[in-house]
Amino acid sequence: MTNPRGRFGIHGGQYIPETLMNAVIELEAAYDHYKDNPAFNRELNDLMVNYAGRPSLLYEAKHMTEDLGGAKIYLKREDLNHTGAHKINNVLGQALLAKKMGKTRLIAETGAGQHGVATATVAALLGMECVVFMGIEDTKRQALNVYRMRLLGADVVPVTSGTGTLKDAVSEAMREWTSRIADTHYCLGSVMGPHPFPTIVRDFQAVISKEIKAQILDKEGRLPDAVIACVGGGSNAIGSFYNFIDDKDVALIGCEAAGRGIDTFETAATINTGRLGIFHGMKSYFCQDKYGQIAPVYSISAGLDYPGIGPEHAHLHDIGRAQYVAITDEEAVEAFEYLSRIEGIIPAIESAHAVAYAMKIAPKMDKDQIIVITISGRGDKDVAAIARYRGEDLHD
Amino acid sequence: MTDHKTNRIAKAFDHGKAFVAFITCGDPDLETTGKVVRQAAANGADLIELGIPFSDPTAEGPVIQGANIRALAGGVTTDKIFEFVEDLRRDVDIPMVFMTYANVVYSYGTEKFVKICSKIGIDGLILPDVPYEEKADFQPICQQYGLSLISMIAPTSHDRIAMIAKEAEGFLYIVSSLGVTGERQAITTDIGAIVDVVRQNTDIPCAIGFGISTPEQARTMAQKADGAIVGSAIVRRLEQYGRDAAEPVGAYVKSMKDAIADL
Repeated sequence: MTNPRGRFGIHGGQYIPETLMNAVIELEAAYDHYKDNPAFNRELNDLMVNYAGRPSLLYEAKHMTEDLGGAKIYLKREDLNHTGAHKINNVLGQALLAKKMGKTRLIAETGAGQHGVATATVAALLGMECVVFMGIEDTKRQALNVYRMRLLGADVVPVTSGTGTLKDAVSEAMREWTSRIADTHYCLGSVMGPHPFPTIVRDFQAVISKEIKAQILDKEGRLPDAVIACVGGGSNAIGSFYNFIDDKDVALIGCEAAGRGIDTFETAATINTGRLGIFHGMKSYFCQDKYGQIAPVYSISAGLDYPGIGPEHAHLHDIGRAQYVAITDEEAVEAFEYLSRIEGIIPAIESAHAVAYAMKIAPKMDKDQIIVITISGRGDKDVAAIARYRGEDLHD
Repeated sequence: MTDHKTNRIAKAFDHGKAFVAFITCGDPDLETTGKVVRQAAANGADLIELGIPFSDPTAEGPVIQGANIRALAGGVTTDKIFEFVEDLRRDVDIPMVFMTYANVVYSYGTEKFVKICSKIGIDGLILPDVPYEEKADFQPICQQYGLSLISMIAPTSHDRIAMIAKEAEGFLYIVSSLGVTGERQAITTDIGAIVDVVRQNTDIPCAIGFGISTPEQARTMAQKADGAIVGSAIVRRLEQYGRDAAEPVGAYVKSMKDAIADL
C-alpha cells in the first residue's frame, strides 16, 4: 500500500522543513532495519503481552445486541490496555525503536491526553526523558491526564499558540523537534505527519485488526460485516481496518467528529467538510478556508479535535474502500451514556462516536450479521466533561 | 521569459553582500507593509521577502507567529496581498519573493497562484515546508512562469547539500541554526563548511538566515556567504511600533547593510 516516500495514492509525502529531513530519513532506515528483526519483535511482543496486557478482549455485547435488535455486536476492548487506550501499542513500538536508535528523549503531542499518558508511561518504563505538548484548552478539559503525565515524570508544556488544541500541540512538537534532533525522537501519536510516521504508526496499531480477525474467526468462524472505529488523525481506525482492507466484504467505517454539526463551523469532520491540502508534513484532506488557512475546528472530544486526517484514510476514502461518517457531540454523548448503562462499559468520548454510528445501523441489519466496534479507550477521563455537557458541575 | 525574472533575484547580489529583509504582509495592515518595504529598499535592502501569513506557521518562532496572527486578524488575504504587490510594483523595483507555507499556494491552486505572482512582479517563492523531495509539486510550475523556487539548506543537511545545491535556483537560503526563526545570542553552526560544499556544486549566491539580528552577526555571517537574511528583528519592530514602524525599520536596515556593504 505504501509507495516510495510514503504515498497513499496522492496523499502523504514529506512536507517538512529541510532541518528535519535527515531525521525522518534516519527514522525510516532504522524502522526498515528493525521491523522484521526477530529480536526486536520478540522484545516488543513481550512488552505488548506482559506490560500492556495484550491481546485485548473481543467482547460480545449481548445486551446492546438484544436492545438494538439487529446485527450481533462485538466490542474490541482497547480500553483495557495498560494506560486505558490503544495509544500504548504505537508508543511501545516507537519508543523501543527510538531507544535502538540511541535516542534518550521522547517528545509527543497530545489532545485528550491519552497519547501523552502512554508516552510518559513508556518513557518511565524505558528510562527516557519525556516532554509532552498539549494545547492549553485541552490541559483544562483533561486536567486529570495532565497530572497523570507529571506523576509519570514527564514535563507537560501547555501550548498557547493558535487555538490551543491538538493541531497547535503538533505544531509545537514539530518546532521543538527542529531545535533538538540528535538525542530526541518525536513520538507522533497518530497515522499522520510526514512519512514514515503514517506507516510506522499504522504497523504498530495493526495488531488491533490482526487480533480482531483471529478472535472473530475463533468465536464466529467468519469475518465481520462491518468494523467501526472513531477517526481523528485515525490511528485506532487504521489499526482496526488494516488487516481487513483486502477482505472486500468487510465494510470499514470511520466515525468523524461532527461537533455541533457538519453544517456549522464548529466541527472537526475532515472528510465530510474538508478539502485537499498540505499541512503537518502530509498531503491529505484538511478543514480550511478558501485561502488555505487551517480552520479552528471543534469537537467535544479533545482527541478528535483535529483539522486533518491521516493520508491512508484519505486514500481509502478516495478509492471507496472505507466510508467516513460524521457523528455529532449530542449523538456521541448519548452513546457514551448508553454503553455505560447497558454494558457497564464507560467508553472514551472519542470511541463513543463509533458506538453512536453502530447504534444507527445495527437495528437495520440482520441478526446473522456482525459488527465490531473498536472501543479505543476508556471514558474515566471524560466523566467531568460529560457531566458539564449535561449541566452538572463536578468538583474533580 | 525565465531570464528576466531570474535576473531580478541575481541583481540583489550585485551591490556587495546582500541584505535580505523579511516582512509579514498585513502586519498590522498593508499600508504599513508598503511603507516599510519602501523604507527598507531606500535604506539598502537588496531583496524583500514578503510573508503571506498562515494560520499555523510551523517553522516560525514566537515573533513571526505573532505577526501572522496580527495580519490574519487584520483581515489580510492572499488576493489582497496580490493587489498590494501589483500596486507596490508601480514604483518599487527591488527584487521581491513571497515566503509562505505550502498550503497557501496549493490550496489557491499552484498554477493560478504562480501565474499571478509572475504577472505582478514576484520573483520567487520560499516554502519552508517543501523540501527537495517534494518540490516537484511546485518547481516545474515556477519555472514555467519564471519564478525561482528558493531551496533551503540546514545545519542537519550534511550529505544532502550537494543534491540540493545542484538544482537550486535564484539563491540558496542557508539556515544558520537548528530550530525555528528567531533572534539568537550566538550561531554555532559551521557555516563555512556548508558554503564550501555549496560552492563545489553551484554558482548561485548563498544567503544566511535564522537568528541574525545585530550588525556584528550580519557581518560575521556575510563574510562566509553572499548575504544575510533578517526576519524576526524586523518583525519585532513592527510589533513595537505598529503603523509607525517604517522609520525605525529603515534605520535598522541601514545599520545592517552598512555593516556588510564593504565586505
